[in-house]
Amino acid sequence: MSQISNPESCIPVIVGAGPAGVRAAQTLVRHGLHPVVIDESAAWGGQIYRRQPKEFKRSAQQLYGFEAARAESIHQAMSEIQGQIDYRPDTLVWNAEDRQLDTLHAGVTSVTPYTHLIIATGATDLVLPFEGWTLPGVYSLGGAQVSLKFQACAIGQRVVFMGTGPLLYLVAYQYARAGAQVVAVLDTASLVDQITATPRLLNKPALFAKGVYYVAWLRTHGVPIYRSIQPIAARGEGRVTSVTWRDKQGEHTLDCDAIGFGYGLRSETQLADILGVKFQYDQAQRASIPIRDEAGRSSIAGVYLAGDGASIMGAEASELAGELAALTLLEDVDKQYLSPAAHQHLKSLKSRLAHISQFRSGLERAFPFPAHWAKQITNEVIICRCEQITAGEIRKAVTELNALDLNRVKALTRVGMGRCQARMCAAAAAEIVAACAGIQINSVSRLRGQAPIKPIPFIADAQVISSLKRGEQ
Amino acid sequence: MTDFNETKRLSDPQLLRLGETTREPLSFLLNGRSVQALKGDTVLTALLMNQSHLRMTELDNKPRAGFCLMGACQDCWITLAGGERLRACTTFIVSGMHIKTLAGDQE
Repeated sequence: MSQISNPESCIPVIVGAGPAGVRAAQTLVRHGLHPVVIDESAAWGGQIYRRQPKEFKRSAQQLYGFEAARAESIHQAMSEIQGQIDYRPDTLVWNAEDRQLDTLHAGVTSVTPYTHLIIATGATDLVLPFEGWTLPGVYSLGGAQVSLKFQACAIGQRVVFMGTGPLLYLVAYQYARAGAQVVAVLDTASLVDQITATPRLLNKPALFAKGVYYVAWLRTHGVPIYRSIQPIAARGEGRVTSVTWRDKQGEHTLDCDAIGFGYGLRSETQLADILGVKFQYDQAQRASIPIRDEAGRSSIAGVYLAGDGASIMGAEASELAGELAALTLLEDVDKQYLSPAAHQHLKSLKSRLAHISQFRSGLERAFPFPAHWAKQITNEVIICRCEQITAGEIRKAVTELNALDLNRVKALTRVGMGRCQARMCAAAAAEIVAACAGIQINSVSRLRGQAPIKPIPFIADAQVISSLKRGEQ
Repeated sequence: MTDFNETKRLSDPQLLRLGETTREPLSFLLNGRSVQALKGDTVLTALLMNQSHLRMTELDNKPRAGFCLMGACQDCWITLAGGERLRACTTFIVSGMHIKTLAGDQE
């Protein structure tokens, strides 16, 4: 394979070591570059292929089920290039500007320069609050999965899974398989939604079959599945002891000591945001996401986007998008570099990604966003769990103070101003503002990202301040 | 409600181990009391195997037990006896660590 002509002029940095980040790194190494790979986790794999701590002994099959081969392939790809990359685990990128990243590792901040940056920051759960969701025992679906995969723990003795999306059935299945008691699966989507989506889902028959398998397995193992539900409340004194929901038959309550819930995923876009990458509203994801061309370029030269951090496409697409972003980067560094075969491969990656995007649109149809959520949520429900801001306070900012922009609502109410920087509440708050004002969700704008993108200790702040002072002298 | 609800206390664990229980045990201090965890447990797991919450909220003194478990929601920041703060879901428990999970007026 041909090598790049001027590798010294190129300092590639990849943020994230999930499926997208690992494939990007592997592709750059294959073509003679030695990227820095910055990973917030202690070990590569990302969330989906997250590895258990070294003291744990479960097999890949036990941990990843049907995805064991893919998980092992990602882990192995990364371990094979260890001598050729600068891998930095446990490292947070907390700020970014033109050609440099501010990072934090073991309480110490440092600066990492780059000429080319691939952002592969992944996703977290899309959360739509309900009464009682801040009670101990209520976790995000992804969190419930991390507890099992990373710690071999169920989130409780009697677990209810609620919300919608493919993860709902997958996590319920993984819990039941691992010996947890799954009391019920409560899906806000209807069976009609799932049947209507079938033609598009058959675009990826293997993935579709897995989804069908999880549901069938749960049914044959006696796990009740309720569809077309509306969550009402998690109740309990100091911890959750029951869940209440509504469906066509009326209100129902089940005893449980844990609830895992979520409505799909949302991209972690903070890094792209503070770099000044252009965003646009995406109808299917009901969120603003960074603009990228079909090759993975952002609106800023030298900054590339890949994986669920750019747009929710799933793990398989993330691998392809990581490879594609890396090839595009190489092409941009040296126009002469890519061989005709490599060009052909690049084209095939694009068409495979387009194919998966068809499947994703089927998933959006099968597990639609609960359109009436914002109208139904009662004023008393906490939306921002950091600052404890309720739906009523958000509505008051809209109706009494005429705030129609989410940043204005934030300024007036403190919604989204807490430690999580609106990761858990921004989507819900935007829905409430739009519904309350009677305007389209895309016109409430998105919350501006700010550094540090996650809390950093004061001692680290002090280091930054003193280094800034040194710079001034 | 059923017996199940009535028997659930705040001092009962929130999490349930489904395996991997032969790891090396270790001791740490929880509000001054010596309790057990296993090597490889996060601080979050170690605490929630001993009680049902991690911390009390600053605003209204209500219990919280984390939420996302992947370092995004920042709900699980806890305080060590020495005053140092750490994120429980992304930090491993260490033998002898002293963690306080009560609000100021309960210490």
